[in-house]
Amino acid sequence: MKQYYKRISMPARYLINLVLIIAFLAAGNAIVSGGVINRAQSSIILQVGIYIILAVSLNIVTGYLGQLPLGHAGFMAVGAYAGAIFWKSGYGASLPAGLSIIIGLIFAGIVAAIFGIIIGVPALRLKGDYLAIITLGFGEIIRVCIINLPSITGGTPGLMGIPKYSTFLVVYIAVVISCAIIHMLMKSRHGRAILSIRENEIAAESCGINITYYKVMAFAVSSFFAGIAGALYAGYQGLLTPASFDFMASINILVMVVLGGMGSMIGSIIAAAVLTSLPLALQALNTYRMVIYSLLLIIVMIFKPSGLMGTYDFSMSRILERIINFKQIRADKKAKKAGDANG
Amino acid sequence: MLFLSQLINGLQLGSIYALVALGYSMVYGIIMLLNFAHGDIIMMGGYFALVAFAATTNPVLAIIATIVGCVVLAVVIEKVAYKPLRQAPRISLLITAIGVSLFLQNLAQLIWTANTRAFPSTEIIPAITFNVGGLSISLNIIVTICVSVLSMVLLAFIVQKTKMGKAMRAVSEDTEAAQLMGINVNNTITYTFIIGSALAGIGAILYCCRYPIVNPTMGSLLGLKAFVAAVLGGIGSIPGAMIGGFAIGLAEVFVTSIGLSAWTDAVVFAVLIVVLLIKPTGFMGASMTEKV
Repeated sequence: MKQYYKRISMPARYLINLVLIIAFLAAGNAIVSGGVINRAQSSIILQVGIYIILAVSLNIVTGYLGQLPLGHAGFMAVGAYAGAIFWKSGYGASLPAGLSIIIGLIFAGIVAAIFGIIIGVPALRLKGDYLAIITLGFGEIIRVCIINLPSITGGTPGLMGIPKYSTFLVVYIAVVISCAIIHMLMKSRHGRAILSIRENEIAAESCGINITYYKVMAFAVSSFFAGIAGALYAGYQGLLTPASFDFMASINILVMVVLGGMGSMIGSIIAAAVLTSLPLALQALNTYRMVIYSLLLIIVMIFKPSGLMGTYDFSMSRILERIINFKQIRADKKAKKAGDANG
Repeated sequence: MLFLSQLINGLQLGSIYALVALGYSMVYGIIMLLNFAHGDIIMMGGYFALVAFAATTNPVLAIIATIVGCVVLAVVIEKVAYKPLRQAPRISLLITAIGVSLFLQNLAQLIWTANTRAFPSTEIIPAITFNVGGLSISLNIIVTICVSVLSMVLLAFIVQKTKMGKAMRAVSEDTEAAQLMGINVNNTITYTFIIGSALAGIGAILYCCRYPIVNPTMGSLLGLKAFVAAVLGGIGSIPGAMIGGFAIGLAEVFVTSIGLSAWTDAVVFAVLIVVLLIKPTGFMGASMTEKV
């Protein structure tokens, strides 16, 4: 039935995506630098960007691989400190700003990914809730180490004087590249292997998929992007304290993924945007703010346990295809209805 | 002598962790939920005790009010937040539990403000110290250990000997089969929550007598450590929760006593990780074999 619908060719699809990306960039830049919104609101936009990367990267392990890690903030912390220390050091300062930002972000990602592999290899031997608790343990250990190694990390008072590199442009480009790479990875052969592990581990293994390899790979990619988000966070705050990477930070990211719908990238993005800007929106209610937030969380889970978006993913090209083929689809539906009525 | 006094100290802390860990373990055993709100039920218990004692100035009434308060709270939470999600994916249930935990913390902050309050520990357990062969033991330690051990013995009796205990074991073994045998699963789950939160109420009073302060976030770290204890012992296993609780309590006290108090939390989690890597289901956990 479907083959006679008009399709949009692949180059055209890339073009559509590129146009969308540039349109969003232009709109965002106009809003941020055009003075439409105040300082607090534009800083929220940066935070939204950072949390989008965190939620989308956690979605690799939670949504696509089907595991439950509770220590994502630990990898974010590793990346944040790695990036901040690089930027503060002689190497980072001697480079031109643009190059320094790129190398710092990639360095942060790689360090976080190495931690991800070190932690992932033993942790991924365990299943389900045991994996959850062991990653929680590693996350807490990373935080305690940061507190107790003040010569490197600044200890409890924090690491100060980090250059504030995270402008809207930097964060936006990082978000687009991260989402694009994760999207392409999940549509590739490797992504399919990761999805098959989620669906049924034993069946995947009997089809010749190296389960340990793909689990660790998913974990490493996830922590790589968490590290990048951490470095962006360091460049946004200008100050890092271990308290910002506690257990609740990991939980916040997990809430975004589950609320948005596990395995849905657009879900993670929307949930990250909504949950990050919600405290600002609820500012008028001040004291009741967190109570309302937690009640909303419970209510959404009770009435829509699969998350707001389920597993739906956004595709502009698909929507355009539906519009192009609108008449044809309607005619088919009518014919099908008539067929049902007759039969 | 120092070693002995630290040992007793660790046993006291461990018995509190064990009481709290039992609540985690029983709920996990029966509905496979990591009940993150359990630590916050203890925090609410601390406030209940504070309010009840201020109102009545009678320690016995305050203790009863705390236990009843915790039980009612837990049953309401189970009926309102967890029951609609019986058929939902488990991660949704987990997020709901986290939501409940956040809700309780912020509710407490709203009602009693974020300030830390002093707990009248000496009014509930008098500050008497005994000297046993050069070893000074406070009444607080004796009461804590005795009450915990008694509660655990009572729990073991309920689970092993009563009809409801049998139903609980059956439901945690196989919910559907238990239902086919005529067991009312919903009542059994409620009963489990009642027992778990009664233990939490006792744990709340004992914990507040050891560290005589109450604040809205005190439940999260206690809950996390008791949770670690439950996993260490093998989550879902009742004797495992007791062993795990004592192990964590002793580890914590000994690490502090050798001067590494800043690293206590890291050591607790490191112990957990090492144990899980050697024995992936904890000390007493049943090993799960997966059928193809």
